[in-house]
Amino acid sequence: MAAEGHQEHPLSIYLWIWVLLFVLSTLSYLVDYVGFEGYLRWSLILIFMFAKAGFIIAIFMHMAWERIALIYAILGPPVVLLVLIGLMAVEGDYVTMTRLDFFGETDFVAEPHVVEEAH
Amino acid sequence: MASDITESGAAVAASPQGFQSLTDDWAADKQTFQVPWGKAMMWIFLLSDTFIFSCFLTSYMNVRISTQVPWPNPSEVFALSFGGDPIPLILIAIMTFVLITSSGTMALAVNYGYRQDRAKTAALMFITAAFGATFVGMQAFEWTKLIVDEGIRPWGNPLGAAQFGSTFFMITGFHGAHVSIGVIYLAVVALKVLKGDYEASGNYEIVEITGLYWHFVDLVWVFIFAFFYLW
Repeated sequence: MAAEGHQEHPLSIYLWIWVLLFVLSTLSYLVDYVGFEGYLRWSLILIFMFAKAGFIIAIFMHMAWERIALIYAILGPPVVLLVLIGLMAVEGDYVTMTRLDFFGETDFVAEPHVVEEAH
Repeated sequence: MASDITESGAAVAASPQGFQSLTDDWAADKQTFQVPWGKAMMWIFLLSDTFIFSCFLTSYMNVRISTQVPWPNPSEVFALSFGGDPIPLILIAIMTFVLITSSGTMALAVNYGYRQDRAKTAALMFITAAFGATFVGMQAFEWTKLIVDEGIRPWGNPLGAAQFGSTFFMITGFHGAHVSIGVIYLAVVALKVLKGDYEASGNYEIVEITGLYWHFVDLVWVFIFAFFYLW
């Protein structure tokens, strides 16, 4: 293990992760280019996203070599964001239903210089 | 830089690993994080920044779920044509590669910093800053295209949901500001490295701290790319 606070590692590991990030970015771009839809599209986007984020944090930001006290202090708190995301998803659905009930379907037509909705 | 604060390595080496080290580090009457204070503070700043960007992306999710107007298709909005048929999302893909390339050169700069290779460290940091500036330039081009050609405004647009514009300008604008500040930060530190400000102490920790910020900017882009452009 590297000395504390001194993150010196072989160059090859950075180069490999670099290549890997390029490959993952290309793959996530191809998800759109090929035109996958629905759950296949969303799960592929999330898989590539988390893989890229993981490699950047673990290797480029050296989190893999830090002590567990720092790892937990930094990576733990963002977990509570899942609560916020869950609540906001539920709330978004509720607002959708309310708008459908009170305003009905939208009469929006995509064309240049259309006047935006009042709400 | 009081390097003596960081020299508690001897005591750490003998302490337990794994979960035992977590309780030891937090419970004992001593410094919790066995890293230089600058690095710990940068991590805590990045943690707070994580919450800011998460709030933006969560509110984007919320308005995209609740709007009654169709969401503009990012694949088409951000398509570019080089003479032939428009290629979907191509500008965003190039921006992604530019930012990843800059992340790679930054990682190498940190490595050469620890080898105390002053010239290579500064050169790689300047290259990183140049890629960052390229990214911001491409973003300026993207914004110009959307505002001038497509008529997209924060309060509405002719393609669909008004929230598309507001979330787009808010999220990419905030990220672009981070990249711009990062370019300045990188240039300042690279100049100091080049001048030899860290030669006497031999402590190139500042390069890694700058690198943490830069990798974080790349990290945020990974999430924006996935949720805003690809979803």
